[in-house]
Amino acid sequence: MALLEVNNLGISFGGLRAVDDFSISIEKGQLYGLIGPNGAGKTTVFNLLTGVYKPNVGIIKLDGQDITGKKTIDVNRAGIARTFQNIRLFGKLSVIDNVKVGLHNQMGYSVFASILRLPSFRKVEAQLQERALEILKVFDLDKEAEVLASNLPYGKQRKLEICRALATNPKLLLLDEPAAGMNPMETLELMETIRFVRDHFDMTILLIEHDMKLVSGICEELTVLNFGRILCQGKTSDVLNNPEVIKAYLGE
Amino acid sequence: MKANSIKDKFTNLKANKPLRQDLITYAIVIFAYLLIRILDMAGMVNSQLNGLLVPICVYAILAVSLNLTVGILGELSLGHAGFMCVGAFTSAFFSKCMVEAIPLAIVRFPVAILIGAVCAGLFGVLIGIPVLRLKGDYLAIVTLAFGEIIKNIINTINIGRDSNGLHFSMKSAMDLGMEKDGVFLIKGAMGITGTPGDSNFTIGVILLLITLFVVLNMVRSRDGRAIMAIRDNVIAAESVGINITKYKLLTFAISAALAGMAGALYAHNLGSLTATPKTFGYNMSIMILVYVVLGGIGNIRGSMIAAIILYVLPEMLRGLQTYRMLIYAVVLIVMMIYNWAPKSIAWRETHSAKDLLAKVKGVVASKSKKGGN
Repeated sequence: MALLEVNNLGISFGGLRAVDDFSISIEKGQLYGLIGPNGAGKTTVFNLLTGVYKPNVGIIKLDGQDITGKKTIDVNRAGIARTFQNIRLFGKLSVIDNVKVGLHNQMGYSVFASILRLPSFRKVEAQLQERALEILKVFDLDKEAEVLASNLPYGKQRKLEICRALATNPKLLLLDEPAAGMNPMETLELMETIRFVRDHFDMTILLIEHDMKLVSGICEELTVLNFGRILCQGKTSDVLNNPEVIKAYLGE
Repeated sequence: MKANSIKDKFTNLKANKPLRQDLITYAIVIFAYLLIRILDMAGMVNSQLNGLLVPICVYAILAVSLNLTVGILGELSLGHAGFMCVGAFTSAFFSKCMVEAIPLAIVRFPVAILIGAVCAGLFGVLIGIPVLRLKGDYLAIVTLAFGEIIKNIINTINIGRDSNGLHFSMKSAMDLGMEKDGVFLIKGAMGITGTPGDSNFTIGVILLLITLFVVLNMVRSRDGRAIMAIRDNVIAAESVGINITKYKLLTFAISAALAGMAGALYAHNLGSLTATPKTFGYNMSIMILVYVVLGGIGNIRGSMIAAIILYVLPEMLRGLQTYRMLIYAVVLIVMMIYNWAPKSIAWRETHSAKDLLAKVKGVVASKSKKGGN
């Protein structure tokens, strides 16, 4: 059974059918790409999957569990974590605290324990510190642990967002244009990172991207969206050679 | 073995900057307290300053607790005086009822403070549920309105007690219909008179320390991180599974409860307690907000110090009469520029005590190097 099963998903904003009849099936461990011209509805699909929008029709199943129409926090608890197209970090918190916020639901103690500094506070805080550093180390960010997140250079902010998402211990990771604003060198490094995340964390990844080099380099399967509808779906090499897709991207 | 563990704790403290900062904050309060006590014993505290000591604690607690909502949660609340009002009246009512039943102030007053804090906290939750769906300016205006509503409702409450028990009326004191032996507990706009004067400077400082302890410990915990995450980016906080409603309500309730505690301290410092616009109106809420903004939004120690300075200053300037408010206004502007102007921030960063020390060390080191060559 596929990890993520989406059937006939659709949503309208007023008279605009932003996403229509969207179906996708992603196997565990897959690196899946969602591409399409600007305004095709890619981010809307992400917002539907993560509960930001409630779909008008359709079913979303994660690991056999129906998560259609659930709230964002419940979707996250069910196992979907995401990054954002325009980076959304907790800017005034340190790098390590950003990851610790991601770990929020993994390890906890009561409010009383935090105010009264009970032993459970010390114990769990020590575990949080250790686990957060572990995650940062994987992305080579452990040296900047105490830096404010907003002071990190752009590329590292993107990495930190992935760290924070992974800290919630998801089954499926959604990356919204991870290479946006990166130069070719950084993009190459990012491709390595994404592959590494998949192998190291045994993760399933769905990503939105415009950078064709990145998409063709790492994605195993693709879905192309155009005007809210699926234009083409299948193996990366087949999809990228499809004349319909080329037409949608380059025009006639 | 024991010396070792103390040394360990010391190095731990050195590495843990937030903890060190918190301890400095507590130390400032305790030092100031001891200083005043010593001056008092030397007879150097005049009656004017003596009368300011408890209010200073009240406003410092209010500023610190409001900073939890404004600075840490990042939501503008203008109803803080309303929560203080709830705490003041509930605790004063309790004390007045129980003054004969529990003659010992040392037992009665802590219970009164607790009641004030809990009632204000409950009001925080009640008001927070509808209000916290709003953001920014809208939230500010609605909290302001709720603060005024609380004040006005309390102004209409009449409660009396006679041999038949308690009487309650929202119309007038006459409507209570009491027997001849009846006593008024709360008399509408006249408020509560004859509250036992249980407050003193020592209790004020203890309550301030409790407030700091609660706020600082909360900020530097899992919950504090979650609250600040909501402040920095709601959408992202939600996406990592933070329960926004829960944490907003929690912050609002704790902030209100601490304001209620300040209200209890305030009420037991005065012979008569009335809910006038001056004491619990939005002027007061804005005054507290001024303390928070000038002390530094999100800076707990700063808001405490700002509250102390800005409360004492106009009182101390009474001798200057008409120039008093002018000087006060100028000080507000100067503090604002010092705290928030970009050039001032840059100047403070390059001229911090730590950097100066490093510079001196660097000069010494380079000189000794030259000497060696």
